[in-house]
Amino acid sequence: MTMLYDEALDRFEPVLGLETHVELGTKSKMFCGCKTAFGAPPNTQVCPTCLAFPGALPVANAMAIESTIRIGLALNCSIAEWCRFARKNYFYPDMPKNYQISQYDEPLCFDGYIDVEVNGETVRIEIERVHLEEDTGKSTHVGGATGRIHGADYSIVDYNRAGIPLVEIVTKPIPGTDRLAPEVAKAYVTELREIMRSLGVSDVRMEEGSLRCDVNVSLMPRGSSEWGTRTETKNVNSLRSVERAVRSEIERQAGVLAAGGKITQETRHFHEDSGTTTSGRSKEEAQDYRYFPEPDLVPIAPDPAWVAELKAALPELPSVRRKRLQAEWGLSDLDMQAMHNADAFDLVEATVAAGAPPADARKWWMGELARRANESGTSLAELPITPAQIARVTELVASGALNDKLAREVLEGVLAGEGTPDEVVEKRGLRIVNDEGELSAIIDKVLADNADAVEKVRSGKIAAAGALVGGVMRASKGKADAARARQLILDKLGVSE
Amino acid sequence: MSLIRKTAAELGAMIAGGEVTAAEVAEAHLDRMTEVEPKVQAFLHVDRETTLEQARAIDARLKAGEKLGPLAGVPIAHKDIFATRDMPTTAASKILEGWRPPYDATVTARLREAGLVILGKTNLDEFAMGSSTENSAFGPTHNPWDLTKVPGGSSGGSSAAVAAYEAPLSTGTDTGGSIRQPAAVTGIVGMKPTYGGSSRYGLIAFASSLDTPGPFARNVLDAALLHEAFSGHDPMDSTSIDAAVPSVVEAAKNPDIAGMRIGVVKEFGGEGYQPGVLARYHEAVQLLESLGAKVVEVSCPSFTTALPAYYLIAPSEASSNLARFDAMRYGLRVGDDGTRSAEEVMALTRAAGFGPEVKRRIMLGTYALSSGYYDAYYGQAQKVRTVISREFEAAFQQVDVLVSPTTPTTAFSIGERTDDPMAMYLADLCTIPSNLAGNAAMSVPCGLADEDGLPVGLQIMAPVLADDRCYRVGAAVEQALESRWGGPLLKEAPSL
Repeated sequence: MTMLYDEALDRFEPVLGLETHVELGTKSKMFCGCKTAFGAPPNTQVCPTCLAFPGALPVANAMAIESTIRIGLALNCSIAEWCRFARKNYFYPDMPKNYQISQYDEPLCFDGYIDVEVNGETVRIEIERVHLEEDTGKSTHVGGATGRIHGADYSIVDYNRAGIPLVEIVTKPIPGTDRLAPEVAKAYVTELREIMRSLGVSDVRMEEGSLRCDVNVSLMPRGSSEWGTRTETKNVNSLRSVERAVRSEIERQAGVLAAGGKITQETRHFHEDSGTTTSGRSKEEAQDYRYFPEPDLVPIAPDPAWVAELKAALPELPSVRRKRLQAEWGLSDLDMQAMHNADAFDLVEATVAAGAPPADARKWWMGELARRANESGTSLAELPITPAQIARVTELVASGALNDKLAREVLEGVLAGEGTPDEVVEKRGLRIVNDEGELSAIIDKVLADNADAVEKVRSGKIAAAGALVGGVMRASKGKADAARARQLILDKLGVSE
Repeated sequence: MSLIRKTAAELGAMIAGGEVTAAEVAEAHLDRMTEVEPKVQAFLHVDRETTLEQARAIDARLKAGEKLGPLAGVPIAHKDIFATRDMPTTAASKILEGWRPPYDATVTARLREAGLVILGKTNLDEFAMGSSTENSAFGPTHNPWDLTKVPGGSSGGSSAAVAAYEAPLSTGTDTGGSIRQPAAVTGIVGMKPTYGGSSRYGLIAFASSLDTPGPFARNVLDAALLHEAFSGHDPMDSTSIDAAVPSVVEAAKNPDIAGMRIGVVKEFGGEGYQPGVLARYHEAVQLLESLGAKVVEVSCPSFTTALPAYYLIAPSEASSNLARFDAMRYGLRVGDDGTRSAEEVMALTRAAGFGPEVKRRIMLGTYALSSGYYDAYYGQAQKVRTVISREFEAAFQQVDVLVSPTTPTTAFSIGERTDDPMAMYLADLCTIPSNLAGNAAMSVPCGLADEDGLPVGLQIMAPVLADDRCYRVGAAVEQALESRWGGPLLKEAPSL
């Protein structure tokens, strides 16, 4: 029986731990020269080394080592002056050598932290280690209901992914998150993703598996200081799932503990559809990986001077950048949070860089465009419109050539592939009616057709002018400048506000 | 004198000078193989046509005026643990029977480049695990000196092929003595270069931190020429050393050891050694002194712990290296009838494909690396390894080279030690320390044991990247002994 979240949190305190795998975006694999492009036909990006043919040897990818050190530095880690790869031995058909080259007790980066913001609070997440390893191939289990190996008729393996460099980032246990545990977990992974992006080391696409997360959760009764038994939930493949998986595990564990049960230390699988976890293999029957230093590779001994250079050359990190831009743009915490959540940051910044006022840039991306992205089920970044085009639209509005309604039509035209904003304005004839004579004629017609309203305004009910302005806008198909129209109406009717 | 009795250097010169064609040289050796292979069984794979094609291609290049190396057109036999793209490569294991690699090992590729003609692939102990070549899945090789004896191992096919005059040169690999010990018991020269001096790319791994490709030849200069032809940095092998190849050919041509300091390892050569081995060894040491070297005794007490340390480190690495033979991508596949899981097929294949010694070492290594045992076994063995390296370093502060018998006994009989792994392992007692420390070491013939008339080897050990010292001392011993004997020890394989 699971327990409702609020009740669970009344009785228990969660302790979190997160292990995140990031596939690096290097051109070639970790230990051979094979390409790493996503989506290539199965088993076309392979060679004797990544297929573990007899006698083939690994050679470490220098760019992957550099990227890992940069990640470590961005996470405020110490960088090892000397460390080795290690072999993690276990048999599985998607791992060609039947051992994975990884790192064991000598990680490349260790003892770091990052700060994340949750509900206006800063939470420090301590980083235990950042190490470099290789990815496995990808098994597909055919037949059977679950897509898992049990019950499958047969399995096929694609080794294209085998040997792609993978960075594992492990947090120290995170106590004290209390009710915010799910949000903290999500905020941490979100922040990691942004750091990876700002470093340019990975495309961090959770849906393509280039960012993968394992979530550790344990509960202890309130007032206790002894941590409970933890479970490790795998297969958590979206930011939303990170949050849901933590919540679901808290509810499940609380139910088990409240009923007098014990938590089994085990691996659990997260199911996107139900938002719940199910038991995987138990850690008690866990494999002995027989780690030992990888004899085919020489130790990594990064020159401290080079590490210092890498550190000096790190890009502005996302949290620093957000604070700077918030100050520059004069936005509230809430606005910032919303933009962060919507992944609108880079787009807004680029739009501002292209000349738009920050408030306008934010308004368009977070309003009209967010709505359209939502409707079409894509992300903002995938919309077929550029920040420069948005900037141009804001410029047209500022100059009085467009009003907001026309601007929305322009955006619609651009999104529909009709061309640049200026082309859409031209093709659709969307420029505001600036010709006083034309506007005057439209007003005269509207006044003539709305005798009631005209009478009301004349008799002092100036609010009734709104209906007349509305009539002008309809008659002009939205191309009139509403403020100007209102002024002209009042002038013609001889009233003043 | 028939072509097969020539040295590799002589053959290279004759071919380059147009006195003889590479095809004629290859043919002479192929004929010799036809004649003696039924008795020796040094080769696992021979393909006369492929060999002659290679030889004719070299002849064509030479005829076109191309300048090739000193061994162009000279035939060679490769231990069947080096990948060859036009021939099967099996490591003498059922699990790889019939497998043809789509690539060449760096050693085989460089020797092709240098114009050497491949005669075939030679027998070995399965995955190079053994000291007699009896662990081959395809039957034992016989020692040309006495067909009832083993040719040593694991590179016994390569040593026998050269000793039987089937090939002037061959390649081997030395993980715990697998070049030096077979060289010693077949009366030829075998060299284990400095670890990292020769590339392991395409060499089917036994123990990665120990495996070292090296040359076999009937004389020191030929070994040096071969050594030089395949050595040097290889970007495909991270552990290969990016440094100039030691001047081994020059050293082999200048056997002046006057003033050299030679250390006799105190711990090797006492009880448990065959008297005939010790007698030849002591004579060789006296000979070195008579040639002007300063001989001193050096104690390396930890060398006696090398054997147990080796039998933890090598099997540990092997247990992991051999995990890739799982029926999934190449090689043998057993039990794949649609009813069994991948795991079951892996287990059945490995049970059927690996021989008993390979299984023994996989189990040993798996145990030594297990959680709870790692520190006591693998970890402890690594500490011993460090101590041995330090003892070598300390010794090389005092002396230029160290010497010892290569093996405690001459060639033993086929079947004699197969039921006693410990007795078999003792064959590598003197050779293992240099594998653990990674330094250079050579075995050169130093005579025949009185009691059985079988060859005895002198081991010469030099510091890391001082391989040339082995050749200088080896050449000095060879020159002095040959003038005493009136020619090479191995004038012809006595039993053939």
